[in-house]
Amino acid sequence: MSQSLVGELEPETGPDPGRPLHPEPVEPGAVGGAEVRRLIRFLLRRPGLVLSLLVIALVVLAAFWPTLFTSRDPLLGVPADRFQGPGAQHWFGTDELGRDIYARVVHGAALSLKATLIAVGVAFVAGGTIGLVAGFIGGWVENVLMRIVDVLLAIPALFLSLALVTALGFGTVKVAVAVGLASVASFARVMRSEVLRVRRAVYVEAARSTGARWYSVLLRHVLPNAMGPVLVLATIEFGLAVLAVSSLSFLGYGAPPPAPEWGTLISTGRNYLANAWWLSTLPGLTVAATVLAVNRIARALDGESATWR
Amino acid sequence: MSTPSGPAAMPENLLEISDLAVSYRSRSGVVRAVDGVDLTVRAGEIVAVVGESGSGKSTTAHAVIGLLPGTGRIDAGRIRFGGRDLAGLSERELRLVRGAQIGLVPQDPTVSLNPVQRIGDQVAEVLRVHGLADRRSAPLDAVDLLERAGLPDPAVRARQYPHELSGGMRQRVLIAVAIAAKPKLIIADEPTSALDVTVQRLILDHIQSLTEELGTAVLLVTHDLGVAADRAQRIVVMSRGRVVEAGPTRQVLDQPGHPYTRQLLRSAPSLAVARPAAPPRPAPGRIAADRPLVTVENLAKEFSLPQVAGAVRSVRAVDDVSFSINRGETFALVGESGSGKSTTARLVLRLAEPNAGRISFDGEEITRARGEALRRLRRRAQLIYQNPYASLDPRFSIGEVIAEPLRVFRVGDRASRQARAREFVDRVALPASVLDRRPAELSGGQRQRVAIARALALSPDLVVCDEPVSALDVSVQAQVLELLAELQASTGVAYLFISHDLAVVRQIAHRVAVMQAGRIVEIGTPSELFDRPNHAYTRELLAAIPGGQHA
Amino acid sequence: MRRYLAGRLGQAVAVLWAAYTISFLVLVWLPGDPVSAMAAGGLDQAAVDPAQLEALRREYGFDRPPLVQYLDYLGRAVRGDFGNSVATGRPVTSTLADALPYTLQLTAAALALAVLLGGALALYATYTPHRWLRQLLMSLPSLGVSLPTFWIGLMLVQLLSFRLRLLPAFGNEGAASLILPAVTLAIPTGAMVAQLLAKSLLTTLDEPYVETARAKGAGRIRVHLRHALRNAALPALTMVGILVGNLMAGSVVVETVFSRNGIGRETVGAVTVQDIPVVQGVVVFGALAYVLANLAVDLIYPLLDPRIVVTAAQPRSTG
Repeated sequence: MSQSLVGELEPETGPDPGRPLHPEPVEPGAVGGAEVRRLIRFLLRRPGLVLSLLVIALVVLAAFWPTLFTSRDPLLGVPADRFQGPGAQHWFGTDELGRDIYARVVHGAALSLKATLIAVGVAFVAGGTIGLVAGFIGGWVENVLMRIVDVLLAIPALFLSLALVTALGFGTVKVAVAVGLASVASFARVMRSEVLRVRRAVYVEAARSTGARWYSVLLRHVLPNAMGPVLVLATIEFGLAVLAVSSLSFLGYGAPPPAPEWGTLISTGRNYLANAWWLSTLPGLTVAATVLAVNRIARALDGESATWR
Repeated sequence: MSTPSGPAAMPENLLEISDLAVSYRSRSGVVRAVDGVDLTVRAGEIVAVVGESGSGKSTTAHAVIGLLPGTGRIDAGRIRFGGRDLAGLSERELRLVRGAQIGLVPQDPTVSLNPVQRIGDQVAEVLRVHGLADRRSAPLDAVDLLERAGLPDPAVRARQYPHELSGGMRQRVLIAVAIAAKPKLIIADEPTSALDVTVQRLILDHIQSLTEELGTAVLLVTHDLGVAADRAQRIVVMSRGRVVEAGPTRQVLDQPGHPYTRQLLRSAPSLAVARPAAPPRPAPGRIAADRPLVTVENLAKEFSLPQVAGAVRSVRAVDDVSFSINRGETFALVGESGSGKSTTARLVLRLAEPNAGRISFDGEEITRARGEALRRLRRRAQLIYQNPYASLDPRFSIGEVIAEPLRVFRVGDRASRQARAREFVDRVALPASVLDRRPAELSGGQRQRVAIARALALSPDLVVCDEPVSALDVSVQAQVLELLAELQASTGVAYLFISHDLAVVRQIAHRVAVMQAGRIVEIGTPSELFDRPNHAYTRELLAAIPGGQHA
Repeated sequence: MRRYLAGRLGQAVAVLWAAYTISFLVLVWLPGDPVSAMAAGGLDQAAVDPAQLEALRREYGFDRPPLVQYLDYLGRAVRGDFGNSVATGRPVTSTLADALPYTLQLTAAALALAVLLGGALALYATYTPHRWLRQLLMSLPSLGVSLPTFWIGLMLVQLLSFRLRLLPAFGNEGAASLILPAVTLAIPTGAMVAQLLAKSLLTTLDEPYVETARAKGAGRIRVHLRHALRNAALPALTMVGILVGNLMAGSVVVETVFSRNGIGRETVGAVTVQDIPVVQGVVVFGALAYVLANLAVDLIYPLLDPRIVVTAAQPRSTG
């Protein structure tokens, strides 16, 4: 699942006609205030992006300060309130033990966010390093590393995660590491191709021809210019990791039952599909909203921000 | 549709564009690309639309057949053709005009053919679409058309795919497509700018003779006033979306009315050959004891090609090349693409490793220099690239770009480097305000000035200029060449100047070497070479320069 | 052509070998003590009798040096023997072979649906002249890849099985039971197909040869289908391997949601009890599916793209 290419579509990709009529003008001055104003205008034209940023901000807040959103205990069941539908009293309804689903979703954010961050971090660091080494050193080192990466890509990511879970055992952190390791290959690939692209760029040769040493070329030119697409991938990977982690906890390998992890919540609701629709539906919507928001932000990072910078 | 002004269509006017306005919508607003253009083409005549990039010439041509790219829209004006206003036609009606009554020869033949369809089918498609041939006769007609377009072995070619043909051959295929339905008008949009000069002339000759034979009119879009002068009966000069001058070719060239036309004429390098401008500044007299700055002896470079059937193949990009460059001199290497001129330059700078031969710089052999010796060479020999945008790190500010060589060699401290950068920005005639900008915010000419400033920051003895102006508009070209000459006069730097453009070389070089297939075939001063070329290839190159027929 | 085939086949075998090795590394060497993990079956490991462990260790050959273990296991794997399931004692190969038809049914149906719907969506979205419609259609795929697959399945069951009582919610009896799982699996896959193809189509429609075709007077449908689609499908085709991998992964979740028999459900069971031989078999099977899909693409590609010159040394990566 985590291999899907979420190369988000840009709906209005007309060719840029903008060969400007007046090529020479560079208007002077005005940086600070104009930047902010341009940022605001950029955001105002994209209500979807603003909404996405808001969703992510809420998820992060819920992860760190869940009590901002609810004062209920996510683990405490009130038997009298079992299977209450969504309403003013319980926004997301209650489950078979009378626990408030909204409180469980809010408190689950911390677990899910932690797992996601670990997964992306593992993939980013390990994959990025492999890609950087392969791309910059080249030769047989590159060949060996990239062959390994090719093989890792040949195994469906979920299968690789499952094998790792089998070996490492169950639990949120282990699931997160397994998801992260399964996406090392795609990071290595993007990092390497970016490093190769930048390394072949004329401005890198220009730097070399001015006499710059290799480490200075690497740090000042190659790495900063190669980083952009890798960060975009990290954002996309964030959304995929949310999905992968919740899939694995849905399958029962995540945090053990009372913990309110998002995937586990949906999984529990599965037993009451016929009589309590909200049990799976609303936590699932939360996951979907988070992933959608992340993907929207990734798209903005990928291309649109270039028009504003 | 603003005012249906202009005189009533004269009968002989085939195409009559009046008051045309086209704009593109972008995120930052609406950009007018063409504004109030009037233009007529009579039956059977060649009219050239000349202008620099962004002048709206290509947009005007595409508006005629309703093929504006992306967000382009016709805002106002009429395009009368064959008694109808094309601007008001629906897509469906326009389709009957395209291909059948107006043909298009596009800009870049290498990407203008469908890569997965056979040549013959692509030519036959025009006939099939307009019902001019049936399933059986279309392939045969296509072969005939390819033959008329001057493609050798047309029956074989028809069964091949585009990637199996050279650029010139592909342009002939596109000509066959354009003439297939015997249209009354052909729009040729920079039909040869992607081709080598010697091929350019053949293609233009063929378009001209074919259209004369068929009585087809041609709307020729070009940035090269020389090409226009050679081919067109009338010239229309466009600048910033407007027509600034129009008239018979002779009149436009001999008595240009508009200052922009005069500027274009002055700076058009190909015409400058026909009537030589001021010769380059004299080379500084060689001091007797002075040895050449660079000496290259019997240099060779091979590239290996991908293995085929286990055999290792290689190609000699540079083959037994010898020359020397004196201090303060401009030495030019000219040749077509693939002649090995750029590789030679990279070998001299040690950006590529030679297979054989010797290179010495200021008396020191550098053929295999490494480490510190190589860094000493880097400090004294710099490079200016063809594409200034690609050669500037997009994340660096202009100030950082220019100061980078100083930082690399630890010259001065941060403040003094910034001061130095400011000084150089001034020397290349840019405002100090560019120092904080990024390369993307500058125009092509400005970027190349920045690259020049960077190259000169360390006060090198040699600067290699690899096609430094070929990516720039002609009027900007002249300015940049002037700047290079000025800087040479004030700093005494030597240039190794790489170019495919003989006209440019004539303006700037003290000595010229002509390269073909990796070898130098002739070396001499510009006047020797241009007036008394010895080698057949030099003569061929000279003959291919557009604008010659006019002079 | 024969050399090309041989080269491709050699590469495929090498990938399978490497995948086996990686699965061996992860499953046998990484846990340190695979036997006690297997014996415990996911329970507390201290509860297992040491003598029993020793016996197991000998039975699985883990008392030998690591390299000898690996070579022995590899040798048997080459002959199609992936050992026996710890949980059931049945050979891994026949366990998977029995489950395979169900999974094939599911994935084939889902793939057909995904290509059909995703392809049609991409074609129509890039064809329609209405801006609003295009934007609407283009936003569907990104929605499709953002929804958790298992949640889609649960929502469909809830609506179509429990509310409307149209289709069976669980099991694998008859064609009707295939509909919901196949649709569930087809949604993310189809979304991916649509994204890939639409992106590729948009790039292709900007190519100069498309303008050439329009300048010939060709109609929009002709330009779209004859010139753009074929060129756009080529880069999308190279992603088939990853698509198949996604389908395999998706089938694990979908089979669990709908309680269907199949490889995915076997996998989930095996992981839960840490049945290492079965999990290893599944990993290698996943790589096999990917390799076969890519092999098929490699065979078809030269027929569709005349620019590919068929040589053994063709340097196109397996991705």
